[in-house]
Amino acid sequence: MPSVWSDLEPLLLQVSKPIQYVGGELNSTVKDWDSAEVRWVLMYPDAYEVGLPNQGVMILYEVLNEVEGVLAERSYAIWPDLEKLMRENDIPQFTLDSHRSVRDFDLFGISFATELGYTNMLSALHLGGIPLFAADRTLDDPIVVAGGHAAFNPEPISDFIDIAVLGDGEEAVLRMSEIVREWKREGRPGGRDEVLLRLARSGGCYVPRFYDVEYFEDGRIKRVFPNRSDVPYRVAKHTVMDLDKWPYPKQPLVPLAETVHERMSVEIFRGCTRGCRFCQAGMITRPVRERSITGIAAMVEQGLNATGYEEVGLLSLSSADHSEIGEIAKGLADRYEGENVGLSLPSTRVDAFNVDLANELTRNGRRSGLTFAPEGGSERIRQVINKMVTEEDLIRTVTTAYANGWRQVKLYFMCGLPTETDEDVMQIATMTKRAIDAGRSATGGNDVRCTISIGAFVPKPHTPFQWAAQESPDVVDHRLKMLRDAIQGDRKYAKAIGYRYHDGKPSAIEGLLSRGDRRVGAVILRAWENGQRFDGWSEHFSYDRWVAAVVEIFEGSPLSLEWFTTRERELSEALPWDHLDSGLDKEWLWSDWQEALAGGEVDDCRWTPCFDCGVCPTMDTEIQVGPTGRTIPLLVNR
Amino acid sequence: MKAPHAQRPVVQRIRVKYAKRGRLRFTSHRDFSRALERAVRRSRIPIAYSSGFTPHPRISYAGASPTGVASEAEYLEMALQDRVDLAEVLIQLDQALPIGLDVIEIVEATTSEFAATLEASEWHFSISAPASIADQVPGAIATFLAADEVMVERMSKNGLRRFDVRSAVLSLAEQAPSEVPEVTDGNSTTMGERALRSAILEAVIRHGSPSVRPDDLLAALRIEGLASRAIVTRLAQGPFDERAGAVTDPFGPDRK
Repeated sequence: MPSVWSDLEPLLLQVSKPIQYVGGELNSTVKDWDSAEVRWVLMYPDAYEVGLPNQGVMILYEVLNEVEGVLAERSYAIWPDLEKLMRENDIPQFTLDSHRSVRDFDLFGISFATELGYTNMLSALHLGGIPLFAADRTLDDPIVVAGGHAAFNPEPISDFIDIAVLGDGEEAVLRMSEIVREWKREGRPGGRDEVLLRLARSGGCYVPRFYDVEYFEDGRIKRVFPNRSDVPYRVAKHTVMDLDKWPYPKQPLVPLAETVHERMSVEIFRGCTRGCRFCQAGMITRPVRERSITGIAAMVEQGLNATGYEEVGLLSLSSADHSEIGEIAKGLADRYEGENVGLSLPSTRVDAFNVDLANELTRNGRRSGLTFAPEGGSERIRQVINKMVTEEDLIRTVTTAYANGWRQVKLYFMCGLPTETDEDVMQIATMTKRAIDAGRSATGGNDVRCTISIGAFVPKPHTPFQWAAQESPDVVDHRLKMLRDAIQGDRKYAKAIGYRYHDGKPSAIEGLLSRGDRRVGAVILRAWENGQRFDGWSEHFSYDRWVAAVVEIFEGSPLSLEWFTTRERELSEALPWDHLDSGLDKEWLWSDWQEALAGGEVDDCRWTPCFDCGVCPTMDTEIQVGPTGRTIPLLVNR
Repeated sequence: MKAPHAQRPVVQRIRVKYAKRGRLRFTSHRDFSRALERAVRRSRIPIAYSSGFTPHPRISYAGASPTGVASEAEYLEMALQDRVDLAEVLIQLDQALPIGLDVIEIVEATTSEFAATLEASEWHFSISAPASIADQVPGAIATFLAADEVMVERMSKNGLRRFDVRSAVLSLAEQAPSEVPEVTDGNSTTMGERALRSAILEAVIRHGSPSVRPDDLLAALRIEGLASRAIVTRLAQGPFDERAGAVTDPFGPDRK
């Protein structure tokens, strides 16, 4: 039964948004099954509307399908309504491209942007008829590969995956494809064990089963060590250098269904050295590698022609920091003058320059809202997290935005940061009210709005805060409520300030999954067996179900939800991810953590000398930034 | 802030007949309109935009079929800021749309109030079901036609609605499969041959308020399990000729 479509089709009338299961998106590819030697299914473990726009999956899908003899198809998490019908009708987890069972493929790559996709992975494996435990899989099952930022600590899912790959995927998936191709051509000698060993010995694949973990009686890790010869003691991340050589996606997928991003994206650089201490993405993607201004312009032009989108997002961790961002904004705005093409930046740092930039980008279109991320409410806490911006900067920036015709400003904050007090959080209200006052006097009217968006901070592996105690959900929720009352209780501002928050309980579970070790796997399995899935969706997330699973599994052991989340770690403690190498020097991370507690700041190594975070020498990489001095030419023949 | 761009005037209006086939019948109306706007941009059709800070392409849709229902006769109208060659635009637009959303015909608009001329639709139901279900169809049709009123319930945006189906149904009959031309079904496959019987129904339903949809008619036949076994296709929509008892071509006036 190669395609499940004929069995699936009659069920689609009974489910919500059936178009998400149909495939056939513009620029999607269905390669010939029989002539492919290596077949990948790439999954984003969340709903289609979230997963389809994911750049990682889109890039790897295209990179793999360009290779002769290699095929890649896509799969996404299935909503409970269809999952139920599929179980009743014996239909397996399928790919959207040829509607085949995911079990038919050689490799099953799953991209974990967050840990909240773990339960959806179990649903997909189970629906696909693939044994949940890697140890139970046979030659008829795919090799399950975890990637994405969460793969920098894959220990909680190490029982369920065969491999984790850290870092940039472009070159890694190509190398893996060649190893698997060769092994298949040789007639699959040594079975599953041998292909995993070959992949592990290549140095770029972490195979959890080839490593053993020993624990102290108090629950802490004693040591992690390889149980096979020739597999590396530490597995390093991958880093793609020269982004201009990797202009993907060239043909962005355009879905028929509505998704969370109704635009195409062009990644203008990768990596960030701002040094925000809470930010895992900024730490694990170093160093900064810029795409050139002309490379960006070419991708925008090709992407618009291939998709028909009317908005282009210039994507990166801190887009205004591109060395030629001013020229890029002006060049693109000039090029698409009068064509109803919108350009946008994701949230930016608090900096008046960014308002000028936003003005330029919106010259041809809408000027609806601007988003800034001060992250912390008080100057003191912003020093702790190394987000160097003064309250005066923020007021000036927001005032400039209002004065330039922006009516809506959105501010992102976190709650529960290390050393945070009630006063640090209450300062958010004071600062926002000042911003509204300044906006009212700058515009001479009452028509200015500010939305505060705040969520709980979760300490992440490979950051200076990896040792920190996570704040308990009770304290987080108490502070969020205090802040809400301070805003909504003040009639002068209640209508001008919007307040959005995410409560602390889901973050506690995220914390467990982020800094957990192999023993957390049993909790994930039990929570899933009890019905947990779609953890990123408040209507499906159940804190009580997770806590019940934690209590049941950890009963009689020193472990608990608190042990993994609200417990501060010592320098001497072996962390579950110590054998996974992000390039960051553990000693440097620790000194930065101590620096944070002392309120000290670290600069950006793009414009100050190297401060020895360790990445470039360890990974043999270097900072790649402009300016190139090139410009974007106008298009002729339009 | 700068004033919004002045938009160029409309110099031509065109009417497009298109089909929703096979898998792409699961496209909702919102999904379709987004796909169409992108196709218009990719194919560089000189679409006119509304004025204002958020200019919208000037496209209006008439009588879109429900999600999950295929159609050989959907209609929309576009305003253009340059005159175009209709045959060329047909090819460009069809190529820019995914296979399964297919452009059938384009005419220049010479009349107004096009949507109001779409008085009724001709529907085709291809049913593939176990004999226990399929065998009930002839009796159910007879019962339905003999009734003065057949009420059904459907969830709408404003809650559960209860309305009569019978009065909107202008004709309904079961056809022997050989008498019915085969419906193009794109890349879709039929629902498997495991001891299933097929039945084909055709109906003409008058448009109006409350709008009676093809699934309402299936519900009105009162056969358990029938609705999920049917692939529904709109074959035509247009003015209803009372004497001939048939739906006629809505492009008739534009072609004169």
